Amino acid sequence: MVKLIVNGKSVTVVAEAETPLLWVLRDKLGLTGTKFGCGIAQCGACTVHVDGEARRSCVMPVGELAGRAITTIEGLATPPEMERAGERWRAGTALHAVQEAWLAENVPQCGYCQAGQIMTTVALLAANPAPTDDDIDSALSANLCRCGTYPRIRRAVHRAAKAIRP
Amino acid sequence: MNRRTFLLGTASGALAIGCAFGRTGGRVWRHHQRTGELQPNAWIRILADGRVIFTLDRVEMGQGTMTSHAAMVCEELEVDPTTITILPAEASRAYDNPDRQIRVQITGGSTSTKASWQPLREAGAVAREMLRRAAAETWAVPLGECVAIAGTIQHAKTSRMLRYGELVKAAARQDTPRVRLKDPAQWTLIGKSLGRLDIRPKVDGSGIYGVDVQLPGLLTAVIVRPPVRGGTVAKLDASAARARRGVVDVVQIPEGVAVIAEGYWEARTGAELLQVTWDEGHGGTLDTDALFAAFEKLASARGQRTAHDAGDAYEALGKGTRVEATYRAPYLAHATMEPQNATCWIRRGRCEVWAPTQTPGIARFRVAEAIGFDLDDVAIHTTLIGGGFGRRGLVDYAVEAARLAQRVKRPIKVMWSREDDQEHDWYRPMAVSKFVGSVEFGTGNESRPLQPGPGRITGWLHRLVAQSIVTHEAGDFLGARVPNATPRALRRLVSAGPPRMTARGTLLDPTSIEGAADLPYAIPNLRVEYTPAETGIPVGFWRSVGHSFNAFFTECFFDELAHAAGKDPYELRRELLASHPRHRAVLELAATRAGWDTPLAAGVGRGIAVHASFHSFCAQVAEVSVTGNRVRVHRVVVAIDCGRVVNPGLVAAQVESAVIYGLSAALKQQITHRKGRVQETNFHTYRSLRMHETPVIETHLVTSTEDPTGVGEPGVPPIAPALCNAIFAATGKRIRTLPIEAALASPGAAS
Ligand code: FES
Ligand code: FES
Repeated sequence: MVKLIVNGKSVTVVAEAETPLLWVLRDKLGLTGTKFGCGIAQCGACTVHVDGEARRSCVMPVGELAGRAITTIEGLATPPEMERAGERWRAGTALHAVQEAWLAENVPQCGYCQAGQIMTTVALLAANPAPTDDDIDSALSANLCRCGTYPRIRRAVHRAAKAIRP
Repeated sequence: MNRRTFLLGTASGALAIGCAFGRTGGRVWRHHQRTGELQPNAWIRILADGRVIFTLDRVEMGQGTMTSHAAMVCEELEVDPTTITILPAEASRAYDNPDRQIRVQITGGSTSTKASWQPLREAGAVAREMLRRAAAETWAVPLGECVAIAGTIQHAKTSRMLRYGELVKAAARQDTPRVRLKDPAQWTLIGKSLGRLDIRPKVDGSGIYGVDVQLPGLLTAVIVRPPVRGGTVAKLDASAARARRGVVDVVQIPEGVAVIAEGYWEARTGAELLQVTWDEGHGGTLDTDALFAAFEKLASARGQRTAHDAGDAYEALGKGTRVEATYRAPYLAHATMEPQNATCWIRRGRCEVWAPTQTPGIARFRVAEAIGFDLDDVAIHTTLIGGGFGRRGLVDYAVEAARLAQRVKRPIKVMWSREDDQEHDWYRPMAVSKFVGSVEFGTGNESRPLQPGPGRITGWLHRLVAQSIVTHEAGDFLGARVPNATPRALRRLVSAGPPRMTARGTLLDPTSIEGAADLPYAIPNLRVEYTPAETGIPVGFWRSVGHSFNAFFTECFFDELAHAAGKDPYELRRELLASHPRHRAVLELAATRAGWDTPLAAGVGRGIAVHASFHSFCAQVAEVSVTGNRVRVHRVVVAIDCGRVVNPGLVAAQVESAVIYGLSAALKQQITHRKGRVQETNFHTYRSLRMHETPVIETHLVTSTEDPTGVGEPGVPPIAPALCNAIFAATGKRIRTLPIEAALASPGAAS
């Protein structure tokens, strides 16, 4: 039994401590927006936030996460840690500004990697509200996209940064 | 395609139009009475509340069919595509791909826009006309005065208007009219960069891919597969696996040993507890170096088949300067971002499969075959698809799920790990090419005037050795292609014939020689020989198929000959493409936009390649620099002619996607075997381009009034040769073996 805080809600799951968070989210909590790509921390498809930082859930034993705040793509629109950080929200919309930028730039192709790309971007912008192309490279090179959406991801990151900046 | 085949082609399905431009035989009316809807054909349903439902029969796997195909229908139907509901088609013969060479419900071969272009616009127009007629009848006004605008029919003279929903009943009584498609000048959707209609669920986490399917009491299976091809279980001890908490069962199927559990993690860790001794058979002897050596030996002799022969290449090669080279292309995995998977539930004699598949048609046939069901008792639901690239034209995952569902009598999802996916793919075939070319200098023959410049290419001998894809995959196609009512034994017979013939070499596999046998250059003595080589390693369609290696082979060797002749590689291509205007136009466009003649920074080289595939034409110019073994690609300029462009934004996205996919393969990827075991088992050893390595990609579209042709694949073939030619320009090193990074790292491989 592990107590977790997922997307602002406390949940208790029955899982062995070494079970990766990814499979707890997907198989036990039905949060399938977080994807499985490699299982060995190489692709970023499984990226979630743990206390606001982008982490690969496929290699995070759930036993180590008791009491930590976990945010998945499904909870991105209202993550409590962002509110604590005083992040501004686009009132009245269900999507985070980064997700809006992804729509505006028509980023996704197959879309399978995009939850991870978006989670990495939100964490990047929280730490660095005005990233340069090099900053984007170093943060997002952790996330593979086999469809090759990188050029549009870059544009969307810049767009989101502009939208979020006060 | 003409009108008649369109109608006949759709007439086989339950949802068909039914009869050619005349009475609907009451089918549309009966459907209306049953459902209250207007369903004039297999793609369109209009509900009484005005909702328009479009059934998309070419799967959306990221390439944009949902958006482009909706635009084609809505253009003629006169509705706003952002207001309609789009549903993926179930397996049905009504949705067979109308491409003449396919005729199976599959999305592939870059055929989606080309094959749907006429039928979908006609489908939209037929519905629109039925609605217009219904309005004219209702108002008792001339048909010519009734205009379809944004989901309504309007009568300007009397300022009357009826919504489509209000006309459903009257329209369902109409015969199927003969239609005239809109004049291109009137298009409001086609040719515009309509935003993607499929992406909202892809950014908010709600989209359901194959891996995300949930059903009551769903179990998860992972399959422990033989470590080498053709391996079989010699001894199995499953006691520890069975004892693991969460494991429900351990089941042996032809594909391996399945561990079935409450969730993926329980199944995966349970699988690690299996004690399997494998009988490896011959599979354990496969070795990449030995395979290449064997292919090269085959390429040293005359080819088994002649794929093209013009002039007398052997004679020409005896004269002038002789240039020889051997090129090698490795096996490649598809590495779709979503690993293979499928979910199946069999109950009350019905089998339902949920799968991210490019081919509901083949999935239905193979699943029915595997579990002994009639085709009509198998339903295939296509989920969102995490990348296809040709991999999901195979349906092994669906077959596995069905076999297991039959055993456990509960819904079950088969999940492949990334390692399973890498080690048990149907790979892009490995291939070897030996070339001999001849270049003549000097005065030559007075009756055959010299081409301008110092030397000319007089002979080209290409000996291609490659594994046949048709041998491995045609059975699936043919089995799914015969009519549904074909007895099972006959169906099996049909599906076995051609694969046997290509394996023996009695039938020339077109997918092996495509892009090599039809070399466009005006070379007087040109011979292409082909020898099929079977290794036992499964091969399949990989984004751009035979073109993926043949463009690399031919466009690199052409570059070698241009240099041997002392010619600019762009200028020589231009010259020798005089009778291929569409090749030449993209070549010139790419070169101009890239600034072919402009100086580059020190250390940077520029390379060019042009290649036609899937009825489209694509040229690329790459700019690169090389430091040590590291290649930096700075810029890629692409020109593509894919006929009329339905959605320029989608075409640009597909071109970028193709360039990045092709660059990943050319620079980094190979599947190698040692003692039969695949060495590149996950993304750390099977590497792909990442954000920081991605060049600036500029896409230029040729304006054309030709019908649309392929987009998803034609951007792949030119990138490897453009890149290798640029590396030569930058360093003087010829890359003749892919991938490039490995070639640069191993001293003998590049020269
Ligand atoms: S699935 Fe976690 S990094 Fe790939
Ligand atoms: S959009 Fe398909 S993998 Fe990124």
